[in-house]
Amino acid sequence: MAIELKHINYIYSPGTAYEKHALKDINLVIPDGQFMGIIGHTGSGKSTLIQHFNGLIRATSGELNYNGENIYADGYNMKQLRSQVGLVFQYPEHQLFEVDVFTDVCFGPKNQGLSKEECEKRAREALELVGFPEKYYRQSPFELSGGQKRRAAIAGVLAMQPQVLILDEPTAGLDPKGRDEILDQIAHLHERTGMTVILVSHSMEDIAKYVDRILVMNHGEKMLEGIPKEVFAYYRELEQVGLAAPQVTYIMHDLKEEGLTVNTDATTIEEAAEEIMRSFHD
Amino acid sequence: MIRDITIGQYYPANSLIHRLDPRVKIVCTLIFLVSLFVQNSFLGYMIATVFLAAVIKISKVPLKFIVKGLKAIVILLMFTVVMNLFLTKGGEELVHIGFIRIYENGLRTCVFMAIRLIYLIIGSSLMTLTTTPNMLTDGIEKLLHPLNKIHCPVHEVAMMMSIALRFIPILLEETDKIMKAQIARGADMESGNLIQRTKAMVPILVPLFVSAFRRANDLAMAMEARCYHGGDGRTKMKPLIYRGTDYMAYTVTILYMIAVVVIGHFVAFKLWIF
Repeated sequence: MAIELKHINYIYSPGTAYEKHALKDINLVIPDGQFMGIIGHTGSGKSTLIQHFNGLIRATSGELNYNGENIYADGYNMKQLRSQVGLVFQYPEHQLFEVDVFTDVCFGPKNQGLSKEECEKRAREALELVGFPEKYYRQSPFELSGGQKRRAAIAGVLAMQPQVLILDEPTAGLDPKGRDEILDQIAHLHERTGMTVILVSHSMEDIAKYVDRILVMNHGEKMLEGIPKEVFAYYRELEQVGLAAPQVTYIMHDLKEEGLTVNTDATTIEEAAEEIMRSFHD
Repeated sequence: MIRDITIGQYYPANSLIHRLDPRVKIVCTLIFLVSLFVQNSFLGYMIATVFLAAVIKISKVPLKFIVKGLKAIVILLMFTVVMNLFLTKGGEELVHIGFIRIYENGLRTCVFMAIRLIYLIIGSSLMTLTTTPNMLTDGIEKLLHPLNKIHCPVHEVAMMMSIALRFIPILLEETDKIMKAQIARGADMESGNLIQRTKAMVPILVPLFVSAFRRANDLAMAMEARCYHGGDGRTKMKPLIYRGTDYMAYTVTILYMIAVVVIGHFVAFKLWIF
């Protein structure tokens, strides 16, 4: 049991005209090694939620346990928590600041108090993991393309070797090719290192293919939770809150309505193709 | 965290005062401020109090928010009060303990100065609380429009002001985000000596400057793409037009001003020494 949330509530600017109840009674358990997707519309509270995971935001009420320890307890080592739960923010390339990519990636491990050699070793590993080309290691981060910048920024968090990696909309603003590359890289990363990965997105399409479990947020509340198949079965409800199931789900439902004996569970194009072929063979 | 800071401190509500033309609010605030200084009599301040209380009531802004603005001047207020109380001579001696002497005039000036300062802050924060920064700049631009005749770039200055105001919350949010991102990467901004702490600001300031320039660039591009070329011949989507309530507000304020001046100067009413 890695991350456990019990009755988490969060209120922005309480007692002012801007008061906003951003999270309402969230209960959640994220086991070790899971690849989890969090989905929700803009303002649904998903970004607020993930900032609780590494203690950047303190819940107004409720309890958050990491590896069985209450992180709100007195004397809890927040710094250590933050090095174990890596958080990659939206547009992470906006946080790059060093003279070159390599030094920037070293920033995290350096803050962990590691030796110079160890920092460089970890930076090298992290950059390799995200598929960042070696010839750009000594370039200024501001001269890179959008996709490369983002890789460098993700590597900056990975270099700290966290046990949990949280990514907030890692594909925002990238072209389709860059998006697929980053997502494939993340899936590959999850397989190779076995770390817990939490992927935040507002696109079902992105998430469906990769994750083990989906959490749907709406107006600060947990709306649905389960494996992708289960969640997409509620595609009509999802539409009502401004989300959509992957296009495959719609096609499969339409085919079924037209009389084809397909199973509507398919979540990826490959699965759907297989299912349609199977129904033809029958 | 940092987002709790409110600048421009607009309090959103739907009230008569909120809906008034910003020019009315600026001019009336000025009249009110002047009315505090043209007289010093008990009755004059009574009228000012009634006027201010009525405006606060109509504006629907909770008193809590208005009083908050006073925190900034507590020290100045204390200083003025103490100085006036002990150093102004004249009139009957009221208190005499050792070297401390308080005279009638001292007490009088100290009380009136305190009232003036407090009302000054309340009056002007009432204006900013009920007017969005953009409306304020609009109003200032329109009021200063005649200065164009002497080649003062009023529109450009107003545009820069509204852009600057618009960017304050954006940059605050950006700072908050970058700070969090660096904290997530283990940055430590709270411990260490002065040099270490200054150094710890680099990972925040560099991305912040980069982002400010990026945003400025984007904005300039967007403005150019919409053929922005300064104020000449530019029309407004929501031009400022006086309506009935605006004229009424002017009338009420001017009546108030007259009442204060007349009563303050010609009605001889004294409550003890005030």
